[in-house]
Amino acid sequence: MRARVLIRPKAGILDPQGAAVERALPALGFAGVANVHVGRLVELDVEDSSQLQSMCERLLANPLVEDYEVQLLS
Amino acid sequence: MSEGAADPRSGTPRSSPPEARVSDNATPPTVEDALALGLTRAEYELVREHQGGRAPNQVELAMYSLLWSEHCAYKHSKKLLRTLPTEGEHVVMGPGENAGAVDVGDGLVCAFKVESHNHPSAVEPFQGAATGVGGILRDIFAIGARPIAVLDSLRFGEPSSSRSRYLLDGAVSGIAHYGNSIGVPTVGGEVYFEAPYEQNCLINAMALGLAPRERLVRSAAAGPGNVVILFGASTGRDGIGGASVLASAELGDDDSDKRPTVQVGDPFEESKLLECSLELLEAGLLVSLQDLGAAGLTSSASEMASAGRVGIDIDVSLVPLRESDMEPFEIMVSESQERMLCVVEPARVPDVLALCERFEIHGTAIGAVTDTLRMRVFDGPELVGDMPVSALVDDCPLYDLAPARSATPVYAPAPATLALDASARACLLALLASPNVASRRPLFEHYDAIVQSRTVRRPEQADAAVLAIHHPGEEVRAAGDGVDADDGPAIPALAVSIDCNGRRVAADPYRGTIAAVLECASNLACVGAEPLGTTNNLNFGNPEKPHVAWQLTESVRGLGDACRALDAPIVGGNVSLYNETSSGPIYPTPVIGMVGRLPDARNAGRLGFARAGDTVALVGPFAPSLHASELSKLRGHPLPDELPEIDVAGVRSAQFAVRGAMRVGGLSSAHDIAEGGLATALAECCLAGGLGVDVWLDSFVCDDGDGDEDDPFRTFFGEGPGGFLVSGISTGVRALGRRTHVRVIGTVCSDALSIRLGDISLSATLVELAEAHGALAELFPC
Amino acid sequence: MRFGVLQFPGSCDEVDALQAARRVGDAELIWHAERDLGGADAIVVPGGFSYGDYLRAGAIARFSPAMESVIEFARDGGLVLGICNGFQVLCEARLLPGALLPNTNLRFIFRQVDLDVVAPDTPFTRALGGLTRLSIPAKHSWGRYYADDSTLDELERRGQVVLRYTSGHNFNGSLRDIAGVSNEAGNVFGLMPHPEHAVDALTGGSTDGLTIFQSMRLAVEEGVHV
Repeated sequence: MRARVLIRPKAGILDPQGAAVERALPALGFAGVANVHVGRLVELDVEDSSQLQSMCERLLANPLVEDYEVQLLS
Repeated sequence: MSEGAADPRSGTPRSSPPEARVSDNATPPTVEDALALGLTRAEYELVREHQGGRAPNQVELAMYSLLWSEHCAYKHSKKLLRTLPTEGEHVVMGPGENAGAVDVGDGLVCAFKVESHNHPSAVEPFQGAATGVGGILRDIFAIGARPIAVLDSLRFGEPSSSRSRYLLDGAVSGIAHYGNSIGVPTVGGEVYFEAPYEQNCLINAMALGLAPRERLVRSAAAGPGNVVILFGASTGRDGIGGASVLASAELGDDDSDKRPTVQVGDPFEESKLLECSLELLEAGLLVSLQDLGAAGLTSSASEMASAGRVGIDIDVSLVPLRESDMEPFEIMVSESQERMLCVVEPARVPDVLALCERFEIHGTAIGAVTDTLRMRVFDGPELVGDMPVSALVDDCPLYDLAPARSATPVYAPAPATLALDASARACLLALLASPNVASRRPLFEHYDAIVQSRTVRRPEQADAAVLAIHHPGEEVRAAGDGVDADDGPAIPALAVSIDCNGRRVAADPYRGTIAAVLECASNLACVGAEPLGTTNNLNFGNPEKPHVAWQLTESVRGLGDACRALDAPIVGGNVSLYNETSSGPIYPTPVIGMVGRLPDARNAGRLGFARAGDTVALVGPFAPSLHASELSKLRGHPLPDELPEIDVAGVRSAQFAVRGAMRVGGLSSAHDIAEGGLATALAECCLAGGLGVDVWLDSFVCDDGDGDEDDPFRTFFGEGPGGFLVSGISTGVRALGRRTHVRVIGTVCSDALSIRLGDISLSATLVELAEAHGALAELFPC
Repeated sequence: MRFGVLQFPGSCDEVDALQAARRVGDAELIWHAERDLGGADAIVVPGGFSYGDYLRAGAIARFSPAMESVIEFARDGGLVLGICNGFQVLCEARLLPGALLPNTNLRFIFRQVDLDVVAPDTPFTRALGGLTRLSIPAKHSWGRYYADDSTLDELERRGQVVLRYTSGHNFNGSLRDIAGVSNEAGNVFGLMPHPEHAVDALTGGSTDGLTIFQSMRLAVEEGVHV
């Protein structure tokens, strides 16, 4: 089974990467852009999808400062 | 295992069947393909001759086209380079190896070299600069030295150009990323902003390393029957780009990303590769070692074979690949980073492979040394390429230049940004804020300058970087608990600088190059170091054009004369030509890197004034000229037809005097007068020391002073090699007069700079100077 | 006094840390794959880019066999110093509270910084001899200290904030200018600046960093762990 984990900075924590992108887009002519956040993507094949949460908690994300979302791809 | 190749596992050479047929790889490439790859028709015919009259096949044409490229073969520069001085009492390894090396005492040698990565950086500055650093580091450990420092020498268009700002940011980030990650400090460098570099940025990287003399290794392959092992990262399609005309398969538009021209570096991989390589050498397991750089396996294997006067068989089916379906020519031409090639006696092969595994890197036997004097490429059992080694490496045609000075100016003057009637004070502040003079701190703060704990002088502390040869901790442990004993043993150190003012070379290639070499040595003298050897990267335009050929010829002539005069022979270097577009060539830019030694790091010089009350003096030849100076650039003046004559002997004496005085602790500070002239140098000494200065000049301070006739701005802001600004107690300063001209010009004071010459005076507070000097901060927005 | 200095693939400053520690006692490198800490009295987790900083700085290193031993060692009260990447590893391993995030300006910065000594009586600061301000080089791109407000209040209340960047010297955006923190028991301490690079006047700009290693030796000699 193929899984995709999306990792985002927790709301409320300063996200300078997101801020930098939010500044750069209008400079390229894209208007109406707001609320940009930059995170990370991990994709993996797993045999036991029930282990994914534990993988996220222990390694893939730092739960102190990041939220994660697991997507199971068929 | 293939029919004809020597068995890489046992090294047993097998007799090749008579008439080993080279496979055709489907349709053979044409003359047009050869032209697309950069060969001339005449060169293509020569290749055919070397191949026994038959047309080269895909693999062969790819290999010839790379090895016969300007970049690999130095077609237009080799004859000139042969005129350079390469021998000296300290030289242990001269040009021709991966790096040069000089003896630094205590059984140690310092390996060093400078190289360029100009064209890739214009495409992708981060990776171009990063892999440039990776490549020069590999050259250092390929001869057995542990890298201890990197310096960068960069050129871009004016910062008003957003493209130049983008390239600067990318290059600095790339150098920082690679050097910092691999744990080698970036301890110095230079950057210039000039319009002629707008379309052709220059990214030159210099590295130095240390090795016990016995660990130095050459690249010559030896011993028919010995095994060729490739170790490091796996091989992908990096850097293939241009050779894609040879692809057998039709490429659709969406396949362009399969043939990237950009090499991507991995400093983490290189760190493992470095440790593994040095460990292999320490264990005495290698016959020879070579890194893979431009032209990948093609150049690496061929050059090893040529140096050793042997042949090499390579089986590309054994090369660990990162991409599927790579064709043999792609594997031979790939510039995937972080790979090394070594030659190993068959009995030691298991040990070598085991050591690679311990360092978690791939190690694979991919071929063998033979006595055929041929470079043979196999794909499993099939012979897919067969060329004489000498044809590939040594017999590339070399071309004579047809130098002719241009009758009309080649370079347009920069637009004026400073009025001709601007006051001296306004000129000084404008110079301090100008991109070629302003503090480089916003740039070098990206670099870790202290990892490895050797750095005695960091950027902006002195005119040259200073690195202790042994870790200071080793000396101090004997002295006791955390004590830095002043009465302890001397701490020998290396000093290193990298310099070139391209605009001055453009004005006068011969004298401008001499000036660059002198400046490098003067920077070393300011910290108390004596030059041991020189490396150079010649960055020029298209040598087939007469005026560029003239620049190159005159510059190399100056380089040779200056290195001979200073006893600082060339131990290695690099040439980068064709840096030009339809709008013209870059300034001729012979970047000079020099390494020197000082006996005791505790007396290493600093550039900043140290104490209020210290005497300030101008030392050495001082015949400043506004021609080709930074001030004349700001004023919008064109380049002059030539630079004034240089008193090389006088500069040499001044270097001797300053160096000697610094070594015995006779001076508080020393600074070489360069861009922006005397007033700028005074301001720099004030800023570095956090102190002011009170200076009275008369125009006779210039060696060729005319008294009242003189333009005071020439005295304040004129440039030219030889002048040093020193400070210290009066007797220490005046003692220099035994060897060179000393003119006491003032005193260090507390917080303002003041310079007077006749009726003209200029003054500024430290705060005002610092504000101007910080102008580059806006180039690195947060 | 015996220091053990961990070494991961990608560590850069472990040899510097080793040499700094050797000015004060014996010191050996401990390879990440080893579980045996070699009888060390104190552990140093050094700076660098362990595992290339892949995924997150320190995220992979914290699971190495050596770190598992270090976690046990710390739970038993052993002294552990984490420097820069080492600080990141200790936070990832939950031996220290909070997390390190990329610098606010997203750039690597190398600068000599001034640090105010907030907690002068820890096993890592007790030998400072009255020094209230340290001059130490910092060099990192991922050093912004973060914890939520209630955690930060706790840290301050319990005296776990050991070092703060002097005003104007916080280049990474660390909350409350925090440069170094300890755990509640006080035997584990992490800081972003590099004390091992300030042990020699010639190369360090100061010798203030040596006082941290000296404090650790004093603590071990006095038998004061926790």
